[in-house]
Amino acid sequence: MSEALAVVETAGTGTPVPAVSGARQFWRRLRAQRAALVAAAVVALLVLVALAAPLLTALEGQDPTTYHPTLIDSARGGVPIGSFGGVSADHWLGVEPQTGRDMFARLVYGARVSLGVALAATVVQIAIGVTVGVAAALGNRWVDQLLSRATDIIVSMPLMIMSLALLAIVPASFPRPVLVTLVIGLIAWGSIAKIVRAQTLSLKGLDYVSAARLSGWGTWRIARRELLPGLAAPVITYAALLVPANISVEAALSFLGVGVKPPTPSWGQMLTAADVWYQAAPQYLLLPAGALFVTVLALTVLGDGVRTALDPRAASRLRVGTGRKDTTGTENATGKTPENAADGAARGAAGSANEKEASA
Amino acid sequence: MSGFGGFLLRRAVGAVVTLLAISVIVYVVFYVTPGNVAQITCGPRCSPEQVHQVAEQLKLGDPLYLRYWHFLQGLFVGQDFSTGTSVEHCAAPCLGQSYQTDQQVLDIILTKLPVSVSLVLGAMVLWLLLGIGTGVLSAWRRGRVSERVLTAVTLAGTATPVFVIGLVLMIVVCGELQLLPFPQYVNFSDDPEQWAWNLLLPWFSLALIEAAAFARLTRAAMLETLAEDHIRTFRAYGVAERSVVGRHALRGALAPVIALNANNVGSAVGGAVLTETLFGLPGIGQELVHAVKVVDLPVVVGMVLVTGFFVVLANAVADVLYAVADRRVVLA
Repeated sequence: MSEALAVVETAGTGTPVPAVSGARQFWRRLRAQRAALVAAAVVALLVLVALAAPLLTALEGQDPTTYHPTLIDSARGGVPIGSFGGVSADHWLGVEPQTGRDMFARLVYGARVSLGVALAATVVQIAIGVTVGVAAALGNRWVDQLLSRATDIIVSMPLMIMSLALLAIVPASFPRPVLVTLVIGLIAWGSIAKIVRAQTLSLKGLDYVSAARLSGWGTWRIARRELLPGLAAPVITYAALLVPANISVEAALSFLGVGVKPPTPSWGQMLTAADVWYQAAPQYLLLPAGALFVTVLALTVLGDGVRTALDPRAASRLRVGTGRKDTTGTENATGKTPENAADGAARGAAGSANEKEASA
Repeated sequence: MSGFGGFLLRRAVGAVVTLLAISVIVYVVFYVTPGNVAQITCGPRCSPEQVHQVAEQLKLGDPLYLRYWHFLQGLFVGQDFSTGTSVEHCAAPCLGQSYQTDQQVLDIILTKLPVSVSLVLGAMVLWLLLGIGTGVLSAWRRGRVSERVLTAVTLAGTATPVFVIGLVLMIVVCGELQLLPFPQYVNFSDDPEQWAWNLLLPWFSLALIEAAAFARLTRAAMLETLAEDHIRTFRAYGVAERSVVGRHALRGALAPVIALNANNVGSAVGGAVLTETLFGLPGIGQELVHAVKVVDLPVVVGMVLVTGFFVVLANAVADVLYAVADRRVVLA
């Protein structure tokens, strides 16, 4: 890890950095950003809540799937009985309209689904993206052409539409959270493959990689031992931005009623019917909306912080114009060949467009 | 100029290849699934005779490449559909037929398209104005309190899912304040004024989140341009700061913004699906969600192909516009 960061520093900025201090320097830079620290604390809390969901609900004495017909007023269309949507000592955040399921339990179990799906999808995206990117950069011309075109095609597919379509054809018996994870992971790996390819191409030209090749190492060994560590920084940076994007996609799919299905709780799914109930049970709208907002915001701020800590140039570019003529950002800063300069420049924007797509 | 012509040609060929590749992927994913393809295509409520007919229609007995060729033929020259009693011709570009509604997929899409186009184009105007405006303003006010506020607002904007913004807007504006009625789509040709009023909230819901991305990008691009030598020269000559920022720096910062806008079409389509579902607008997004829920496969496949077409087209246009805005791209 420390080695990895140091390598990228050297490759990126031309400033020699002692190898030992890489990881430490990352923490120092991250700690220096107050917003990122707060965000990290929030994220840690959310992860804790998600992990401890069974414990927390046991403490409350409820579970997320039991119906409580006695707590809702069926004469008034299923409005929870009591103020603020039925908040009581037994039901800390009230109950759901119509079903009477416990809101607190559904919310904390929803955190599990949200974070679990987003993190697992990110792992899938990174696995595919890194494999494709490294293979494209190290393979011969044809392999590179083939993989790069495939990546272009994946990037140009509208994520939301493809996810919806894929969700239609898989039998209902397939476990839904796993399916949503796979769909997001299998569709949205294009940007990361592009970044990894560019970074690998630039690392490939460095002396220590040439030295390894001259000592007769095989391609596979070089990829694993010499290149992968150097890819850590850009991959971590991009992964940190993918997680909140994936959370939004899962929420959106579940909101549309094609993602995670009841009885499994999901924040997006909770919002589906919320507009009908906002007067009778405002917490039914506010809690999942607030949870989504806080989670995505915290992860986004943390992602920005990680990027700043790993690539100080990004920070200086954003905060104080450096005057350096340096185009769109980390993804195509390196390894760009002249004939695909247009592509690269447009894709630089496309990279952020993809993040956006996901959060739309 | 020949350089530019060659660039255009390369880009056009690339777009066509991408489209063909998408059609292959879509075909393989949806028509070469392990299950009973005819049954899935026809839908859950089909009789065995109907399923048999669909199998004939899709030429499921043929080898794979012939089946795909048949599918492509439909797209480019049209094909005939037998509905049991009569034969119906489906003109190119034939996207097939929904076996659940007995409508041609292209017709379904064409009736829904104006709603989605109204939504996305209107929202695009808004997000460009809001996004670029905010970005320029925060680059201009750099280091002041107003810039920090703008940055915080845009950050919050990027973190809010479009359906949350839409829900909150709808509840506050339509429900609590009753400033607007709950949106109901009115055709532009019927009543342009009502069309605009009813689309106002959907436009804002879709635009706010996109605008946030544009604000961030514009700001970064502006700061970069502002640090360049020619801007320093303008300042040295005593050009007013307002004109330096608003005219000269903005011009230099527009290229990446143009690229992002066209590349954003895919994301806007995704956002439109959510906005349409939320506000009950009868566009292709709402239709797609419906088709997914009732497993109307031909409609789903048609939607994927049509949206893929628009996104690829937009990407190609983006690259060309980018090259026009920054001629170094072509020369390189």
